[in-house]
Amino acid sequence: MNIDWINFTPLSAASGGVLIGLAAALMFLLLGRIAGISGIVAGLLRPSTPGDIAWRAAFVLGLCLAPLAYSLFSTLPEVRIDAGWLSIVVAGVLVGFGARMGSGCTSGHGVCGLSRLSPRSLVATASFMATGFLTVFVVRHLLP
Amino acid sequence: MTLFLSFAIGLTFGLGLIVSGLGNPAKVQGFLDLAGAWDPSLILVMGGAIAVGLVAFRIGGRKALSFLGKPMQLPTQKQIDTRLVVGSALFGVGWGLAGICPGPALVLLGFGATKGIAFVLAMLFGLGLFDLISRRTGPAK
Repeated sequence: MNIDWINFTPLSAASGGVLIGLAAALMFLLLGRIAGISGIVAGLLRPSTPGDIAWRAAFVLGLCLAPLAYSLFSTLPEVRIDAGWLSIVVAGVLVGFGARMGSGCTSGHGVCGLSRLSPRSLVATASFMATGFLTVFVVRHLLP
Repeated sequence: MTLFLSFAIGLTFGLGLIVSGLGNPAKVQGFLDLAGAWDPSLILVMGGAIAVGLVAFRIGGRKALSFLGKPMQLPTQKQIDTRLVVGSALFGVGWGLAGICPGPALVLLGFGATKGIAFVLAMLFGLGLFDLISRRTGPAK
């Protein structure tokens, strides 16, 4: 295994992780809900009751405005999307469809589910990690 | 109050994604590329988040009401079935292809990245598509 020491950022990774964990913790302890982003967004597409929309929209708005908030205090880090347009669209559909089918995504299963020691989330996380590793291997090392 | 908290929590989550590097698709793919120059940072992101999460779910896991008196709404499903494994596997293929999952996708909207916008639209289509299919073939679980 060949570790990319130049891009390895342990300190910011761990502190960003703590912020993510804090958000999930507050969501649960104050609002009684799981911070599963695919589920929160899906509920916006087909809300069960009218009162179920606003908190979801507020959460999504917070996520979307995070870059703006960050830029008020510091220079935003560079983000780079290497995937081409076709990959982006195919990936988006798979991520949406798969998260719904599997009842969760990286946040719901990977962060909240694992924190709850849920066996279901452990299996889900192992499954998407495995195919994530495999997909990048195929795209970067097998395809021409 | 709930609305403001929900907004603030979303904002905190988004800031965490930016600070951690999970909001940068190139970095996510660097983590998923075990055979290339591997960037293990994401293990620490997950570790940091789960460390805090473990404490929170230990404190609140058995409570019936949250600290603000709201009902605790935890997932009730227990079964590990094909739907869970296959759905997550499909999700992982998409995640690997683009290096983007739902949270970072919404943050990328805020960055004004055009590919981020395309990804979010495709993701919304995928989310809706599954709900549509599952309503036609049987009750959504």
